[in-house]
Amino acid sequence: MHQTFVLLTVLAYLLSLGCYLQFLYTGKVLPGRLATLLLFLGLAAHYLALLYRARANHTVPYHDLQGSMSLFGWLLAVTYLCLEIYHRQRTVGAFVVPLILAFFSISYFVPDHSGTPAQAHGVVFALHVTLSILAYAAFALSCVLSLMYLAEASLLRSRKLGDVVWRLPPLELLERMSHTSVLVGLLTITVGTALGFVAVDRMTGQYWYYDPKYVWTLLVLVLYLVYFQLARSTAWRGARASRLCVFNFVLVVLSFTVVNIYFSPHHRYF
Amino acid sequence: MFQGRATRDMEIVLVGLNFRTAPLEVRERVAFSLEQAQRAAEVLRTNGILEETLVLSTCNRSEVYGVHALAHRESAGALSTFLSDFHAVRPDMLNPSLYHHYDHDAVRHLFRVSAGLESMLLGEAEILGQVREAYLQAQQQHATGPVLNRLFQAALEIGKRVRSETELGARPMGVASAGMKLAERIFGKLTERSALVLGAGTISEQVVSQLRDRKIRTLYLMNRSREKAEELALQCDGKVIEWGNWDAALKLPDVVVSAVGTQEMVLSKPMLEKAMAARGNRALFLMDLGVPRNIDPAAAEIYNTYLYTVDDLTEIVQQNRSARQSEVPKAEALVEEHLAKFISWQSSVELIAVLDSLRERLRQRRSTFLAEKLTSMNHLGTDDHEKIASMMDELIERIMIEPAERMRSEKQLRRKIQNLEALRDLYLTDREKP
Repeated sequence: MHQTFVLLTVLAYLLSLGCYLQFLYTGKVLPGRLATLLLFLGLAAHYLALLYRARANHTVPYHDLQGSMSLFGWLLAVTYLCLEIYHRQRTVGAFVVPLILAFFSISYFVPDHSGTPAQAHGVVFALHVTLSILAYAAFALSCVLSLMYLAEASLLRSRKLGDVVWRLPPLELLERMSHTSVLVGLLTITVGTALGFVAVDRMTGQYWYYDPKYVWTLLVLVLYLVYFQLARSTAWRGARASRLCVFNFVLVVLSFTVVNIYFSPHHRYF
Repeated sequence: MFQGRATRDMEIVLVGLNFRTAPLEVRERVAFSLEQAQRAAEVLRTNGILEETLVLSTCNRSEVYGVHALAHRESAGALSTFLSDFHAVRPDMLNPSLYHHYDHDAVRHLFRVSAGLESMLLGEAEILGQVREAYLQAQQQHATGPVLNRLFQAALEIGKRVRSETELGARPMGVASAGMKLAERIFGKLTERSALVLGAGTISEQVVSQLRDRKIRTLYLMNRSREKAEELALQCDGKVIEWGNWDAALKLPDVVVSAVGTQEMVLSKPMLEKAMAARGNRALFLMDLGVPRNIDPAAAEIYNTYLYTVDDLTEIVQQNRSARQSEVPKAEALVEEHLAKFISWQSSVELIAVLDSLRERLRQRRSTFLAEKLTSMNHLGTDDHEKIASMMDELIERIMIEPAERMRSEKQLRRKIQNLEALRDLYLTDREKP
């Protein structure tokens, strides 16, 4: 059953990507609507794939790298769909869905550690992890939007428009979408981190102990707050703020990979 | 689907001229105002030249579409004479510019017009609105009938399809509109934005018109001669700023368009740097339409400014023209698709008219036939005669009704039947032909 939903998810995401690309290229309404619908279907299949895998392994998705990456992809899709509906802008889909598809697909090529016994740690812990991964997904989305902004601004400033510029969203809309995405990320990472302290307190009886991940998360939080503030200020408005957003996401990736694997004793895959 | 009209009524005629066939001085003399178009349609119908009429008049074309009441080619001649008389233009001046299209050629021509394929600016969108306006006007005046209604509804549909399914009209083709589209790439819709236009000449007027079309929130105007700026401001509900008051003027707008005829630079890099600092680095789109240039090219280096000169915009327009040209085959395919549909509809209506005439002829033949045969059958009474007549009528109905029903329900069959002359010649005499 799990394999069926994996295949359905890949199929739905691939078809959705095809429709988003057609929408980007032709601007026709029908492929755009179809793309959104297929992404919804992909989300549903992806959710069921996560659910069946978790049930089969008697563990939570974020117990191993495979599940964490897949959950990241799912939350990225959720965040993107919310953003698409809120800002009524489908063009970005052609740039985000490949990322979602990549995370989902690659997760099945990484080593599967689901056989090892898992500790659920309770609801608070689950929320802590889910919200943290949601924050990473929102930051990933803002990074994609910022890269799109930088590319489009560069084309417009160099006056080398080609075919693409006419199909991309306006620069100011990309900025607004990026702000919304960062705001979602900031809120969820703040709540998620706070819940992490509560979970640690419940599990160990002490709410604080040193973990390099804390420092890194705090750094990410501060830098995104700085971005959020600077993006509205005089000197940084526009491309500079977008570059900062991309830089911040590099730190998020480092936090998700290097810090988790080599430095943090308690954070492995989230 | 309407029935029972004579076949000849279905034939469509078009007489007109456009920018390709007529110079401006002829086009402007043959242009129809709203009232003239209504009067012309009325006269053409009351004089029995056309049964259905529609006048399409834009700055680039004047065309009269009709379903003729006279014999085929006579209508076209009468229409040429009518145009010459109506506009008081000598026939020898007018006739060389006129084109005449009949039936399918006329239909194809209208579909191409509606698709923007016959426009001076390939793929322009305005023509579709003008076709719609002309049709609604003629409809209100009851100048159109079933044929022109069907024809113009199809023309409007194809116009919409070409614009939604091809990129024929997707990209800007004028320098001013290309500039506006670029501004929209930065700010999105311009409805909540403000713009400053420097200069009050013809180019500035075009830019102002483009900005107004996009419902720009605030429009500021600056010109060395304040009176000219105020004149333009009156036309477009703009606000005039004193020439030279750059600190105030550059702080406000999102878009600055300069079209000043001067040898000196109007906006220097330091001026714009100062303005950008004052406006908190909000993005600024600069459109320099002046020759020589009005804005220092080095201003393009300023953070968050986007500077386009007339050459940059012309290059974009050239690229767009090529892109539109490559969409022509797609648009033409749509025209042919709709033409085939229209011909199919027209054929089915014509066939039903032929079948009606044939039924009538068979009934007449039945009466004569029965009269001849029954005189020698004295043993049959009046009731029997009536019964036989009734049975023969029923047989005729059965023979005739099946093809008519099939015509209504089978689209493929309608497409096959496109030339009914053979059928008419086979069964009907000239007098009986519809």
